[in-house]
Amino acid sequence: MSLLTAPTLAHYLVLGAILFAISMAGIFLNRKNVIIILMAVELMLLAVNMNFIAFSYYLGDMAGQVFVFFILTVAAAESAIGLAILVLLFRNAGTIDVEDLGRLKG
Amino acid sequence: MTFHTATFYAFSAILIFAALRVVTTRNPVHAALWLVLCFFSAAGIWLLLRAEFLAIALVLVYVGAVMVLFLFVVMMLDVNFDSLRKNFRSYIPVGATVGALVLIEMALVVISSKVGLEVAPPPAEGSNTRALGKLIYVDYVYPFEIAAVVLLVAIIAAIMLTHRTRRETKHQDPGQQVKVRRQDRVRLLDLPLEKKE
Repeated sequence: MSLLTAPTLAHYLVLGAILFAISMAGIFLNRKNVIIILMAVELMLLAVNMNFIAFSYYLGDMAGQVFVFFILTVAAAESAIGLAILVLLFRNAGTIDVEDLGRLKG
Repeated sequence: MTFHTATFYAFSAILIFAALRVVTTRNPVHAALWLVLCFFSAAGIWLLLRAEFLAIALVLVYVGAVMVLFLFVVMMLDVNFDSLRKNFRSYIPVGATVGALVLIEMALVVISSKVGLEVAPPPAEGSNTRALGKLIYVDYVYPFEIAAVVLLVAIIAAIMLTHRTRRETKHQDPGQQVKVRRQDRVRLLDLPLEKKE
């Protein structure tokens, strides 16, 4: 089997898995920078949406696309609130380093 | 190799490269711009999967709104980003290990299992947007309303979190307004009538 065959469902799922793995590794690599962590979370959601749309196409079922629509909505809300918290954090603590954020330790 | 296949591999390669640059680049502004490229190529792949409405929505909502928000915040924060990249290289082994593990697990599941979905069914007639709209406004109307409420809550939360009340602005205090009594506002004077000369 040649590597570059016509794309099937497995191709799209592997692409989603690669994206998810990259963003997972990205969270570990940039564990100090909250902004990059938020971007990696957005990438993870993109990978999941890719799987949903691939299944929706190959099953002939539009409901998967409706679910992607809702995920996009919630992800937009999440990033807006996350960035608001980030701005507030920078205003109060003067840093966005995750390692310095141990004040709620109890 | 058909056009469809070539397009899929081209967009996938761009998508993976851009995703790698998002998590490894030094400057967060560049990371945001690479993420924009990610969204564009993902939208291209979604077009191949006949999800036209979502592809356009991804470009409009994510590239047009969310990424601009990210860029605003990155440029607004006066952070020394180089200090945040200290020990970056020491995290590479654990990051690469976790990423490779996740990838291998997922790929094993996908490749070993026979899903039986190699051939897509013939695409539905008519516009994708019309079909999606029918689903959203008929079958999924209550989840759609809840999504609207989620967005409203997000707006209120974001504004409440970042809103600063300035000291010098004059504003009404409703409690004081309610507590006011008639005697504080109106004074009746009993003036004697004067005769006109």
